Amino acid sequence: MPTELTCIICPNGCHLTVDDNLNVTGNKCPRGVAYGKQEVTDPRRTITTTVRTNSKTFAVCPVKTREAVAKKLIFKVMEEANKTTIAVPVHIGDVVVKDIAGSGTDLVATRDIEE
Amino acid sequence: MINRDLVIIGGGSAGMAAAVAAYDHGVRDILILERTDLLGGILNQCIHNGFGLHEFNEELTGPEFLTRFANQVKERGIEYKLGSYVSSITRDKVVTYSNEEDGAVQIQAKAIIVAAGCYERNAGAIGIPGDRVAGIITAGQAQLYLNEYGYMVGKKVFILGSGDIGLIMARRMTLEGAKVLGVAELMPYSNGLNRNIQQCLKDFDIPLYLSHTVSKTIGKGKLEAIEISQVDEKLRPIPGTEKRFECDTLLLSIGLIPNNGLLDNIGVAQGRSRGSAVNEHLETEIDGIFSCGNVLHVHDLVDWVVSEGKVAGEAAALYLEGKLNRGSKKIVTVAGDGVGYVVPAEVDLEEAPEKLQFKFRCRKPTKNVYITYSLNGNVIKRFYKQTIIPSEMEIDPIPKSLLTEEGTLTVSLTPKEVK
Amino acid sequence: MHVSPYIVLYFPGMKDVIIIGAGVVGSFVARYLSRYELKTLVLEKENDVGNVTSMANSAIVHSGDDPVPGTKKARFNVEGNRMYPEVCKELDVSFEQCGSLNVAILDSQIEKLKVLEERAKANGVPTRMLSAEEAKAMEPNINPEVKAALYCPTAGIVNPFTLTAHAMENAVDNGVELHLSEGVTDVKKVGDHYLVTTDKDSYECKVVVNCAGLYSEEIAKMIEPVQWSIKPRKGEYYVLDHYAPGLVNHVLFPLPSEKGKGILVMMTTSGNYLIGPSSEFVDSKEDFSTDSLTLADVKRQATELVPNIPFREQIRVFAGLRATPTTGDFIIEPSKKYKDFINVAGIESPGLASSPAIGKYVAETLVKPLLNPKENPTYKASVRKYVKPLKMSIEERNELIKKDPRYGKVICNCEKISLGEIEDVLSRSVPAYTIKAIKKRTRAGFGKCQGGFCQPQVLLLLAKHYHKSPLEILYDKEGSNVLDKESK
Repeated sequence: MPTELTCIICPNGCHLTVDDNLNVTGNKCPRGVAYGKQEVTDPRRTITTTVRTNSKTFAVCPVKTREAVAKKLIFKVMEEANKTTIAVPVHIGDVVVKDIAGSGTDLVATRDIEE
Repeated sequence: MINRDLVIIGGGSAGMAAAVAAYDHGVRDILILERTDLLGGILNQCIHNGFGLHEFNEELTGPEFLTRFANQVKERGIEYKLGSYVSSITRDKVVTYSNEEDGAVQIQAKAIIVAAGCYERNAGAIGIPGDRVAGIITAGQAQLYLNEYGYMVGKKVFILGSGDIGLIMARRMTLEGAKVLGVAELMPYSNGLNRNIQQCLKDFDIPLYLSHTVSKTIGKGKLEAIEISQVDEKLRPIPGTEKRFECDTLLLSIGLIPNNGLLDNIGVAQGRSRGSAVNEHLETEIDGIFSCGNVLHVHDLVDWVVSEGKVAGEAAALYLEGKLNRGSKKIVTVAGDGVGYVVPAEVDLEEAPEKLQFKFRCRKPTKNVYITYSLNGNVIKRFYKQTIIPSEMEIDPIPKSLLTEEGTLTVSLTPKEVK
Repeated sequence: MHVSPYIVLYFPGMKDVIIIGAGVVGSFVARYLSRYELKTLVLEKENDVGNVTSMANSAIVHSGDDPVPGTKKARFNVEGNRMYPEVCKELDVSFEQCGSLNVAILDSQIEKLKVLEERAKANGVPTRMLSAEEAKAMEPNINPEVKAALYCPTAGIVNPFTLTAHAMENAVDNGVELHLSEGVTDVKKVGDHYLVTTDKDSYECKVVVNCAGLYSEEIAKMIEPVQWSIKPRKGEYYVLDHYAPGLVNHVLFPLPSEKGKGILVMMTTSGNYLIGPSSEFVDSKEDFSTDSLTLADVKRQATELVPNIPFREQIRVFAGLRATPTTGDFIIEPSKKYKDFINVAGIESPGLASSPAIGKYVAETLVKPLLNPKENPTYKASVRKYVKPLKMSIEERNELIKKDPRYGKVICNCEKISLGEIEDVLSRSVPAYTIKAIKKRTRAGFGKCQGGFCQPQVLLLLAKHYHKSPLEILYDKEGSNVLDKESK
């Protein structure tokens, strides 16, 4: 059975069809092929959220998973992120939680906060 | 009175991009005035990813994207003032601003770029029927509370309008533990990007009710419940179709409006987008006053905001060098069938560059159409589109060579003949 | 008898006057009583002054052309109208005597205009009958079908929010005590005084003034049965943003009917446009909901007066409840049994216009003879001046900000309201606990984005000022918390 998908890689949101042999059609760019294959075999999402800080100016610091994590880990990642407080200064790309929720990827800061 | 070459109002994506472009085209005396305490504008609260695919060829979060531009501004030593509120500009290009340190200051600028962004359409503007209670707020405001201040506005949420901010917030509040009960969209189609329907609603099994609206808000003090109703073809609620949802929050994602008060207040002609009417150099009817980004028309992608900011910055540089004049021959653009507005509102045939871009939004989703450009009734260019949707801004390149005479350029959607 | 200072401190004892209700009427009664050495306490069930009928009305200071001659409405309207210029100067409230026009669109309405002209004459209100041409010259956007109009030059517009807040502020500055969020649950005559019980405490006093608006009937009945009743009559409105060029220059009325003064089109003191109100009796005194059919009808009627109203500039709709008395006239009199229990009830339109005159009359004619108080030696008629950066020249504004940088920090984008103005309100004698209270006093959040940008900042300022958690800050009424919890 072919699977119908909406590609989420970029705002184009291409309508993809992935057949049983993992052939992807409907994509406007090669990233769609990779996404289509990934989505039917092992769906993944990049998670963006915030963590608490000790900063005087920013109550929270935005963070993301450096790579997409398995979809089923989404709420586990959130749970760990919500337990975390980071100390400033912090810079974009700084690791906030290593290998978050055993996902194999790190939670990293997405804002520079000096104080 | 202080004299400056270029004053840029707004330090968001459009303003920063304009400043960098103006600098790179030789302007040195630049001042960015930003009302908040951060550069980056609305991107500060847009912590989700998906920005920068066109500009940087990678997928960034809002804060990452704005930091790159803020760094470009800082590397060039472009002056910016935060917490600085511009209360007015004049047709003679006097900018009045205030902040805590400088007091109230007037600047005589040689050129001004207005990049003041947009604001959200809110409950008052559409007059949702029912009890007027707390808990009915715009999605962007909920986003600000959550992503910058660290507060959730509610536990059980319903969303009116399928604009992207609403969809993004459906996911965001779900991740933070709220229950999002559904999204109602007045139109028979979504106003958000497809990818957001997928990753923000479908991923979390949040239902989308097309052709529905909120027909009643119920509560005392705080929202307790809402009723949604299906709407007829005239978008009126159909009695008997009411569905009730117990919720403490109704988020509104019902559109963005250019925050164009500064230019409106001095009587600058408006375009159909509710921003000012501009020419191909994004110059308003006043020489040396430019408009770009969401204050001109609401964009779907920040990448396009940035490219528009660059056009304005470059044009301001040309203007300051005395190389941007107004010719006597021009073309006026008209939004034809199926088209909501067209930017630019006019093209100066003598001064326009060889490559022109026209941007517009269609009025409703349409399949199998030509985007047709007609000059004085004669078709000069057609682009075939399998589908075109209002949530995506259309950008079409048109070479100046096709614009052979003065008159009216109509952009319209024409159905492809089916054999 | 020896009175222990301890007792005085902890049991302040008998009040002279308790005013129930801090709407515009209660606030003016308090203000005029504060000219005397009296222990006056105001009890208000809402968490802000002027939070019900006084904040949701047409904000018009009627000339007095409409009430039937000889009625209390006629008397207090005309007298109140005359007091307005000075009162607003003392209380630092925006007021403009812009004049009003009653507009006849049909030939058949000209007769009615003449009736109105006669009433105005009997009430001592100056008017001038305008020809169609004159009306069109004064109001270019009026329905070109206009046949004639009655011009009342003394009609005006006022900021009803600051009117109430500043009248009460003046009263409190002069020694009146104000308790917010304290609803009266019972009033009893005990010997020669009253025992007033609230949901928090109980108080003794010599005189009670019932200014409880929609609930004045309930309060009056705590003392004796009454022959009148107060029916909530809802009015729904549209508010348009201020924009240029102007839509109308005067308050435009159609011809009055048994339902009231009709759907009007006017500019407010802030340059917004107000269109409404509808007029429907409703069952509940707590029903402030709006509905689309009623508003559609308001729109239809308004466009008969001014055909091209730019409704795309709409920024808000709202509903207010008038406290309509079954008697047809204001009730301003002592109760049947007790001359020291005074009902001030049924103050519907032209209540706002009448309120200073009612306050003065109640204080000086009804209350003062009962207590024979001395003049308050420290009485000041004016509130501390409000700083208005928007009305200053650039030089003045610059000087202000150099002295107090908070006036350089703009919080509300749309209405250009500075941190200094908001913190000034917070420093006043009448508290402003809620986001709505700040909005009413400063206009922060009143603009086209409706607080989209400034509300979070106002909320945090309130939390800081009142030493509360942001989670406790209310938008408006009890339970209207904006935030649910910290996200982390």
